[in-house]
Amino acid sequence: MSELKKEDLLKAYRIMKEIREFEERLHVEFATGKIPGFVHLYAGEEAVATGVCMHLTDQDRISSTHRGHGHCIAKGVDIIGMMAEIYGKKTGTCCGKGGSMHIADLEKGMLGANGIVGAGPPLVCGAALASKFKGTDGVGVAFFGDGASNQGTVLESMNLANVWNLPVIFLAENNGYAESTGVKYNVPTPNIADRAAGFGMPGVTVDGNDFFAVYEAAGVAIRRAREGGGPTLLECKTNRFFGHFEGDAMTYKAPGEVKRQREENDCLKIFSAKVISAGLVTAAELEAIDKEVAALINEAVAKAVAAPKPTEADLLTDVYVSY
Amino acid sequence: MSRKISYKDAINEALSQEMERDKSVIVMGLDNAGGRGTEGEKDAWGGVLGVTKGLYGKYGDRVMDTPISEAAYIGSAVGAAACGMRPVVEMMFVDFLGVCFDQMMNQAAKFRYMFGGKSVTPVVMRTMYGGGFRAAAQHSQVLYSILAHIPGLKVVVPSTPYDAKGLLIECIRDNDPVIFLEHKALYGMKGEVPEESYTIPFGQANIVREGKDLTIVALGRMVHMASQAAASLAKTGVEVEVIDPRTISPIDWATILKSVEKTGKLVVVDEANPRCSMATDISAKVVQEAFKALTAPIKMVTAPHTPPPFSDVLEDLYIPNAAKIEAAVRSIL
Repeated sequence: MSELKKEDLLKAYRIMKEIREFEERLHVEFATGKIPGFVHLYAGEEAVATGVCMHLTDQDRISSTHRGHGHCIAKGVDIIGMMAEIYGKKTGTCCGKGGSMHIADLEKGMLGANGIVGAGPPLVCGAALASKFKGTDGVGVAFFGDGASNQGTVLESMNLANVWNLPVIFLAENNGYAESTGVKYNVPTPNIADRAAGFGMPGVTVDGNDFFAVYEAAGVAIRRAREGGGPTLLECKTNRFFGHFEGDAMTYKAPGEVKRQREENDCLKIFSAKVISAGLVTAAELEAIDKEVAALINEAVAKAVAAPKPTEADLLTDVYVSY
Repeated sequence: MSRKISYKDAINEALSQEMERDKSVIVMGLDNAGGRGTEGEKDAWGGVLGVTKGLYGKYGDRVMDTPISEAAYIGSAVGAAACGMRPVVEMMFVDFLGVCFDQMMNQAAKFRYMFGGKSVTPVVMRTMYGGGFRAAAQHSQVLYSILAHIPGLKVVVPSTPYDAKGLLIECIRDNDPVIFLEHKALYGMKGEVPEESYTIPFGQANIVREGKDLTIVALGRMVHMASQAAASLAKTGVEVEVIDPRTISPIDWATILKSVEKTGKLVVVDEANPRCSMATDISAKVVQEAFKALTAPIKMVTAPHTPPPFSDVLEDLYIPNAAKIEAAVRSIL
């Protein structure tokens, strides 16, 4: 906590709050039927994306998942554009052609949310390889879930990253559920990070609901990568407040499970309590951010609703650069 | 200046000249140098059939050997391409498509569209295909039609050393993902190739032989089988036009349609299996666009709807040849 300046603490809180408000609002708006397709919400996991991306600049690249809104916001993708994208509008980040599962902004180093579980780590290995060849000190972070931890692409990429000594962080977001299946069923070791030993890299498990634990562990891994020390597997254990997708009744969760998590293990509440009790930030300062974020999300929804949809001409463009 | 070199050497020369010209061009694949982690030569193989031989010596770490993890290393080529590199990644045999298809089909092919036109992914994937080596069902397939089916991918099928060099250089300079398919039975074939660098545009068919009586469209190694059949037919006064599309996505429909308008007859020769193939695709296009010009049914000469067999007797029956093409032509004259 001590190494973070006040402005950094306020920034971290703002990003986590933006993600939370974005997702809580989508939960409400999705139920109205105005949002097309599938939406997978990140609420509950904000400390992970934020604690990692606070260390990154635009020349660092990340890959994301189907549950990608939080990674996008933490990496600096424009929230107004994201909301319009999720509504399928022409003003969206991807002009309405990608949607929730494909938001990308390469200029921000965001290589895309991804509809294919486990597809990101190979791409991040490539991004990190490009950084090496270009002579930048850029790193790559591949976010993936406990479900994806069993995909061959993820395991192959861990091996490849070490063979090529790539500046990559494999960031396992363990929210306890691969869709509706519990991690205890799918992962035979106590921690996903235990697998790191098999690939000759450090494996670290932290409480993903504690922003400071994530921030510190990510800092160590990212510094190591930047300095040429190679990849790390960092596992953050966290909560998923909503279902796998919007509309999921979550009957596989225990009665009261989410309520208890929201009361006792909410990363935003934990963060606020820590910084206020340490006298680093006041409650009033956080409340001021809350108001600004609420206004921003209101604006994003209003603009998304009002924005034009793509036209017929857009159907056939952007398949190729030339054809 | 032009001289005779092999299809394999033409590919090697294209890679070398592009690596020399542009530092963002990197080469990666299984054993593309060969010998890493051993006590012996560090540039031992140059790929399993030696296509990239010598590049490691010239370009060092820009030639990268890979673990046998096609999904990871082909995906990393895609990711590197999206981040400013121009990787040429080798998948040893096209038959291995199954283990890494997602990275081509759902990642490389779709980025530009999904991201609203805000990305470029200039990755080239080289891969070997085709029969004739008694290599059986998992090392002999001709799967390019699966690739041509996917919007966002370009697919290139060179039949000569000249085309191989010019098309591969075009692939490397192109800003879209391209699959470059090398027929393993053509590696030793020699032909005139200029020493200097040159490109052949995509979507420009080559009229290999002109004729007025019938059009044959043939792909890859089958171009040579078709030419052999055409030469034989010419002795009996039948003038066949042989067209090599050279690229199947994009494909030069205009040249094919123009030829069929002239001859009224079409035979399509494709080493692939017959269902949902380039043979059916080309046939369907001609029926839709040049139906009135047709004076006979279209004939397809293809492999049967079976996996490639192992035994030489069976494989010889499986792969289309000049005699089968000639018979198909005669059946509609």
